[in-house]
Order: sequence, then C-alpha cells, then structure tokens
Amino acid sequence: MGPFLETLLGGLMVGMLYSLVALGLVLIYKASGVFNFAQGAMVLFAALVMARFADWIPPLTGLNNKFVDNALAFAGAALVMVALAWVVQKLVLGKLVNQEGITLLMATLGINYFLEGAGQALFGNDIYKIDIGLPKEPIFLFETTFPGGVLVNQEDVAAALIAAVLVALLALFFQKTPTGRALRAVADDHQAAQSIGIPLDRIWVIVWAVAGIVALVAGVIWGSKLGVQFSLSLVALKALPVVILGGLTSIPGAIVGGLIIGVGEKLSEIYIGPMFGGGVEIWFAYVLALAFLLFRPQGLFGEKIIDRV
Amino acid sequence: MLYRENGQFKTSYRADQQVFPILQDRVAIALLLTLAVVAVPLLASEYLMRAVLIPFLILSLAALGLNILVGYCGQISLGTGAFMAVGAYAAYNFQVRIDGMPVIASLLLGGVFATLVGVFFGIPSLRIKGLYLAVATLAAQFFVDWAFLRIRWFTHDNPSGSVSVAGLSVFGFAIETPAQKYLFCLAFLIVFAALAKNLVRGAIGREWMAIRDMDVAAAVIGIRPVYAKLTAFAVSSFIVGVSGGLWAFVYLGSWEPAAFSIDRSFQLLFMVIIGGLGSIMGSFFGAAFIVVLPILLDNMPQWFGIPLDTAMASHLTFMIFGTLIVFFLIVEPLGLARLWSTAKEKLRLWPFPH
Amino acid sequence: MKSRSFAYATALVGTALAALLAAPGAYAQEKEQFFPVLPYRTGAYAPNGVPWANGYVDYLKLVNARGGINGVKIIFEECETGYATDRGVECYERLKGKHGGATLFQPLSTGITFALTGKAPADKIPLVTVGYGLSESQDGGVFKWNFPIAGTYWVAADAIIQEIGLKEGGLAKLKGKKIALVYHDSPYGKEPIALLQERSKMLGFELQLLPVTAPGVEQKSTWLQIRQSKPDYVLLWGWGVMNSTAIKEAQATGYPREKMYGGWWSGAEPDVKDLGMGAKGYNAVAMQHGAEPGSKVVKDILSMVHDKGQGTGPREEVGSVLYMRGAMSAMIGVEGVRRAQERYGKGKVMTGEQTRWGLENLALDQKKLDALGFAGVMRPISTSCADHMGANWARIETWDGTKWVFTSDWLQADEQIIKPMVKAAANKYAEEKKLIRRTPEDCQT
Repeated sequence: MGPFLETLLGGLMVGMLYSLVALGLVLIYKASGVFNFAQGAMVLFAALVMARFADWIPPLTGLNNKFVDNALAFAGAALVMVALAWVVQKLVLGKLVNQEGITLLMATLGINYFLEGAGQALFGNDIYKIDIGLPKEPIFLFETTFPGGVLVNQEDVAAALIAAVLVALLALFFQKTPTGRALRAVADDHQAAQSIGIPLDRIWVIVWAVAGIVALVAGVIWGSKLGVQFSLSLVALKALPVVILGGLTSIPGAIVGGLIIGVGEKLSEIYIGPMFGGGVEIWFAYVLALAFLLFRPQGLFGEKIIDRV
Repeated sequence: MLYRENGQFKTSYRADQQVFPILQDRVAIALLLTLAVVAVPLLASEYLMRAVLIPFLILSLAALGLNILVGYCGQISLGTGAFMAVGAYAAYNFQVRIDGMPVIASLLLGGVFATLVGVFFGIPSLRIKGLYLAVATLAAQFFVDWAFLRIRWFTHDNPSGSVSVAGLSVFGFAIETPAQKYLFCLAFLIVFAALAKNLVRGAIGREWMAIRDMDVAAAVIGIRPVYAKLTAFAVSSFIVGVSGGLWAFVYLGSWEPAAFSIDRSFQLLFMVIIGGLGSIMGSFFGAAFIVVLPILLDNMPQWFGIPLDTAMASHLTFMIFGTLIVFFLIVEPLGLARLWSTAKEKLRLWPFPH
Repeated sequence: MKSRSFAYATALVGTALAALLAAPGAYAQEKEQFFPVLPYRTGAYAPNGVPWANGYVDYLKLVNARGGINGVKIIFEECETGYATDRGVECYERLKGKHGGATLFQPLSTGITFALTGKAPADKIPLVTVGYGLSESQDGGVFKWNFPIAGTYWVAADAIIQEIGLKEGGLAKLKGKKIALVYHDSPYGKEPIALLQERSKMLGFELQLLPVTAPGVEQKSTWLQIRQSKPDYVLLWGWGVMNSTAIKEAQATGYPREKMYGGWWSGAEPDVKDLGMGAKGYNAVAMQHGAEPGSKVVKDILSMVHDKGQGTGPREEVGSVLYMRGAMSAMIGVEGVRRAQERYGKGKVMTGEQTRWGLENLALDQKKLDALGFAGVMRPISTSCADHMGANWARIETWDGTKWVFTSDWLQADEQIIKPMVKAAANKYAEEKKLIRRTPEDCQT
C-alpha cells in the first residue's frame, strides 16, 4: 500500500507540472485557434532567459541577494516573453490570419525551430541552474503506518502549489478583469467579438504574452528540477496527450488531464512496466489519450465538434 | 511562346487522359529522366551522391507516401517515422532470417508489414479528426520506438539493439558503389511515383480527395469513409515502409530505432507541407528543400569564407530553417508545387503579360 | 499571390540551387595530416560533448605548437553531428576526402560508430573509439578498422563489479545481493548488460535492468522502483542530461549516492556540478584518467595554447574529466600516426591505411607517456592484431562535493571472462556481415 501511495502522489505531482505546460497550449488554442507547437521551445527559451539573467545580474548590479536577483531575473524574462509575443503576432500570425489550421500549425513549428536555435545561440547550451530555493531533500510521511514511510518530494509539492496558485490567478484574471472577459469573448466567437469592437490583434498579443508567462513559470519549475537544457523542450511533447485528454479548449481539462496522465504514467511504469522490460511510460500516456478519444473524441471537457455540411 | 498546346490534337481518349498531355512536358520529363539515370551517376561527385542525392531520393519517396495520406486524404499523421521503422526492421528480419532472400522482396515485404501497422493505427481516424488524430498517431511513433528497443526478436537478438545489413545485390548486380545505390533508389522512386500518380488520378484518389474536402458530404453521396481512409493509410504506409527499408539498407547500412524518431516524422511533415499538400511533384520539391538546405547552410560559411564555429553554424541553421518555413508559409501557403504551377502558367503566356 | 513575393521566393530557390550546383573550389593537396573532428556542440548531449571537443582540438593545437608529428603539421576541421546518426554519416562523407584524405575518425557516439563501422573499411579509414563503440571491436581479427583503445564498456562494467566486490570484502560476498542498472535505452546503454548478466550468473547477484528512454529527463518512476526494490548498488549508464537527472532523482528519493557507480560517460563535471554537495559520494569509473588539472599536459596546453590566445573553449575547463578524455583521444590518434611514420617514412603525411597499421602496433610505454605529459594519468598501451584495445586498466573516482578525486587503486578487468565474450560476439558479427576472420599473414602486413 505504501509504494502505491507513493506512486500515486508522485504521479499527481508530475501531472501538475505537465498541466502547467499544457495550460499555455490551451490558452492559445482557445483564444486564437492556433495549436502552438512552439510551447516547448517557449518553455525552454523562457527558462534560459531567466537562468542567464540570474547569472548576469549580480555582476552587473552588485546585488547579491538571491531573492532580489531571482525576482529581477523573472521580471526581465517576463518582459522578454511579452516582447516575443508581440513579435510573433506581428510577423507570423498577423500575416497568416485566414489560413487553415495546418498552415498555422506549421508556422508554429517553424517558430519552434527558430526559438530552439536562437535560445542556444544567444545563451549557450550548457546545463544552467535555476535556484529559487526549492528544497531538494525528500520527506517521509506516515513512517509508523508503512515501512519506510511514504516518500513525498518537497520540490514537487512546492511546484504543485505554485502551479495551483498560477491557475487560481489565471481564473481570477479571466473572470474579473475586462481584458480577461475580452479574451473569453474572443475564445467564444471571433467574429462576434470583433463586431462589438474588441481588437483581435491586441487580444492575440495578450494571449501569447500570458501563455509566454505561463511558459516562464513552467520553465522555472522544470528548470529548477532538472536544470535548464535542451531537453526541456521535449517535456512539451508530454503535454500533448494532456490537452488531447482534457480537451483543447478547456483549462480545467488541462489540469484534470494532466493529473490523469501523470498518475497513469507512473502507475503503468511501475506496475505494468516490469512485465515488458520497462520503458512503457513513454507511450502509455498517448495510448491512454487515444483510448479516451475513441469514446469521447473531443476530450473530457472539450467542446463537442460540430461539423456543418 | 514555347510552352503552348497549339497544334497538339488528341485523337483518342487514351491520349487525352495521359499524365503529361502537353508535348513540351513529355519532352522535359524525358530529359529529366535521362539526366537522372545517365548523367548524374557519371558526373556527380561521390559526396553529392552519397550525402545529398541518395537521402533526397529516399526521403522524397517517404514524402510521397505521406503526401497521399496528408495531402490527398487529409488525415494528419505524425507517426511516419514509426512506419519507416517497421518497414526497415521487417525488411531486415526477412533479409537476415531467410537465406538467399532477394533484397527487393525483403523491402516489399517490409512495406507490407508497415501497411498492416499503418492500417491498425489508422483505425482511430474513423472516429477522430485533425489535430486529435495527429496526436493519436504519435502513440504509434512512441510505441514502435519502444517495441524495437525492447523486443529482442525484432533485432535478431542483437544485444545492443543496433542492426546492420551488408552485401546487397540485385539479380547478381552488387549495390555497393554510390552510383549503384543511387540507381537502385531511383528505380524504386520512379516506379512508385508512377504508381502513386495514377492512383490519385483514379477513382480511389478522387475518393480520398472527397474525404479530405468534406467528409460528411462524401459519406452522404455514397463514398465509404472506412474504405477510403483505411486504404489511404494502407497505401501511404506501404510506400513509407519501403522507403524506411531503403533508408536503413542503402543509406545508413547500420541503424538503431533512434534513426526513425519523432524528428524524422516532423521532418517528413515539413517536406510535405512546404512542398505542397496534394501534389506528387510537391513531395519532390519539399524533400529537396529539407535535405539540401541544412547541408547548404552548414557549408555556406566556408564557401563565403566567413569563419563560423560549428555550434553557431548549427544554431543558425535551425534559426534560418524556422524563418524560411514561416516565410514560405506566408508567401505561398500551398507550397513550392504551387509556386512551380504558377511559374508554368506564366510561362504559357510568356512573353505576353496576359 | 503578389508578384513581388513570388519573385522573392523564386529568387531564393534559384540561388539555393545555383549555390549547390556550383562546386566549391577544390582544396589544394596540403602537406598536412588531416584530423576530422565530429563533435556535438548542440542538442541534448552538448554539455558533455563540448568539453570533449575542446580537449581534442586543444591537444591537436598543442602538437602543432610543439612542431607537429615529426614536422608534419596537423590540420583539423569540425563538423557538427548533434549526436544524430544520419548527420554523423553526412559529416563522414563530407570530410573523408578533404585535405588529402582523413587520417582517422573519432565519432564520440556509439550510434554513429555502428553506422561508420560498415563504411570505414571500404574507405580505408580507421575508426578510433577511445572507451566507447562496440565492445567486441576489441577483436582485431574481425574488426580490422576499429580501435576501442584503452577500454570498452565491458571493461568498465567489470571494473565496477570488482570495486563493489572489494567494498563488500571479496567477490564471493556479492552472492544474494541486488544490483540495479539504470541505463540509457539505446545501443550505448545496453552495451554493459551482456557482461553484467555473465557476472550475475557467475557471482550469484540479482541484476535489475531499468531502461530510461532517451534523452532521459523522465526518471521519476525509475527511482520510485528503485526505492521499492532497494538494490544494494545502482549502476548508472547514462549520457548527457540523463546523468544529472538520475543523481537529482536519487537525491529526491533518498537513495544514498555512495552506493551509485556510474560508467565513464556518467562521471564528469557537467553531471554533478549543479548538485554540488547533493551529489557528494557519487562514484564513477574512470578510464585511466579522471580530472587532471595538475598534469604536465594540462600545464603545456595552458602555456602553449591558451596563453597564446588559441584555446578552444574556456580556460577553467582545461583539465576537467571530459576535456582530458578528448585530449587523450587526440593523443592516441597522433601517436598512431607517429608509429605509422616509423614504418612508412618519418616526416611524411600518413594515409588512413598506414595509420591503421600504426594504431594496431601502438607501443606506448610509461616513459613515452610521461614524456608526452601523461605521467600519473595513464598506464602503458600496447595494441596488436588480436587486441585492438591495448589496455584494460581503470580507477574509481568519487565526487566530493566540489571536485572529482580518485578513491581506488588501479583495477584491471578480468580478461578470462571478457575475452571469450568478445570472441563469441565478434564471430557472430562476422557471420552476420559475411566477413572472414583475418589470417595470421594478414596480421603481419
């Protein structure tokens, strides 16, 4: 029972981290109908910017307080992501407004390549450290009930809390602020929103900027766990079954999907994996998503796809 | 002025329905084929053949297969690398386990197994479409990757999981020198391109295009979606499987599952989209673009005498690649094939403006 | 579509085609020895590939600064592979004929090595795979053109088992123990399995195999499994980011790092730097050398290359583990050429075939190694037709929180076990590829 609880907890934590990345994907798809394949590269790029700024700020300003250092680096990285959003909208999306989905998908793939190359060209390709003070040692709960206790990874718990706070902030943003309401209007129906005077261009810049900041938070957390390096962009591939499972247009779907994928993955690897020699978690998430899709093609919380002939 | 149909009258339905009805087109294709079959093996350098032309031929075959699925039938697939892997490993197993197996037979049988796997993973397309289908095909990609790493029977119990073939020969002719390999791949490509072109011009091709354009309407007028979609997956996977076998046997010689990873799938999808969806010619253009461009970008610093360290050159390649993809999508979303058709249209009027 | 954009697009495509067809200017036949370099300075494995490449190139520069190989200067050119097999093959094809012909290739990737093993014999260029590649390529009777000098994966795995045996108080004490292998799910990671299974049969310990899908950032379930099965020792066979992730996960699940032993591609600064004290106690097997900032060759490189502003890469990197591996790999290549010159003409440029002979007859005794600056770093290497490995010594190094220190004596892999395995695997390879084992006469040429 103890190991099962451990696996469950571990899976839930990892699931939260996946949903962080998936959140950015859902935001952009909801508001502009573009499936952003570049989300992984954005996570990597944002994390690289933050890590390097955190390295460069102390020598430049003479400040050595880690908290201030990190806060400044975060602010700087957020600004960079907003600028990136503006550039993407201006140069890419603005010119591809009425194209088919697959063209926009390819354009985001192009952006993905560009960001990967640019990130490494500008910041180098060593493994960089992001240190926001998350605790690295594990704690063991319930040591009396289960032999060895139940392992709880403090870093993951902190990360899950940060993710939860972010989701809450986003929910507040969408429900209570005028911009948030405008975003929801655009997500509902582009043409109707345009007809009441909501500027689509500016909304898309805002959406990409918000997605960029979500990518930054995801990048900081993953970077703190794994170190900032190239493979970080591959984590985004794991976010794909999450959005498929949860539905491409639903934020709660991203969260629930993430949790299900996270738990499913870990359980499959530990209990089914040894039967096949291991390594099953890489495809299990996708097969799980696929199985769900066969019963519910729009995902758990997605909007029903209505085809009009 | 030069590219006109004036004076070319068709006197039979057969002549009217041929693939290249205009004489100038036929002459151009004949010239191209002569160039490809005779001139290139004699004149091209070994490097050009080994590192540029052979991958170009094999990948355009794969792009051809993918174009049938994505371009003609509208089903997005990100699992192409997996189907190539199935073709390669199946061909390997036939080649190694059965003594005296002819290479062509192994490759074709590899294609058959790729077809089976392709149809299996194509079944979800009956229920899901578009982006969701793309992600579902990723399941194929990762599952096949894992299967070839884990199931030792597929790799002939090789402890490292890396397999190789050597000493290929067809009807007594060895396939060792670059020229022989080039001609071997070219033969496959010509045969399959002709087959594909005729398929898409026929009834089944029209069924695919109907499904792509509006699948509900197609079903209403009596086209069976199951048949159309699954045959698209089948034909596409067959071609992709054969190309996977060629990639492994002829180009790499010795390979591991990582040679058919998700990067390969994305690369093929790029080729098809840049080249032009729904166009046989587009597959060639796309493959040329994707194969030649990185090599060009890698070599350019030297040709222009700019000293650039290799890491930066590699990063710049990525950046320029991404930029060019976006550029082409903005400038001509229908791909290079459309660019070519537009050029031909303008050529028909030349030297007149309209 | 606007005609202006159309014109741009056509111009772009046209320029590209023209540029490709216009053959680059022919390279003049240099009177220099061409060493191609196949590094990966980009991609997921770059943090480990970059120091190796810098060490390699710096050593070649050092040789030039010292006057070349008996007067023959070295010319080198890099071609980025990104650890991808097809790019490696393309780089090989591009570089093999340049500057008068490549002397030898060192692909630094097991995948690329596999692919080039089939091509190099036809092109008559030796493949030097210092500490990697096929373990069975030690058998020069089948693998005429492969040189896994100074150690292979089976040697490394055996050294670790012996060290564990020493720690336990004798190899017999390993009976009933549990050893887990966390490995990169690729031909590289699978290499040690054959030897570990053999040893497990011999000594009676239980071997648990835990594959990690490349590139290896997902290891949570692996380490939860380890926590549940509680092996006595964990062997790590990773590369690139998989190494640091493994140690981070070990820390996160509370597995004692002192019980972890990494292969020699899992024991360098990029793997443990970020963790600092968190990785304290982590051991790795060192292929003869470890981090050698105090060695003479490092001092020479600093004074003759870096001080003159010619250094590839940062100064702080000189002497680190992977840097030394690159330098050592370059040294072996250079010494192979030097040995070939002894037979085919001192001061002349050596062809690939001649260099192959040189590599097959290396006789680097301790005096020569000390003169080159590797005193205390390396032990003598002597290759032969049957044995392309030349030496099977290793040591264990441990991370003390800030640097790597040696914590064991010199260990030697048990040839009694390895030799028959090598022979059997080489025979199987020969059978599959329809090769014939070399005759003794062929060995004499």
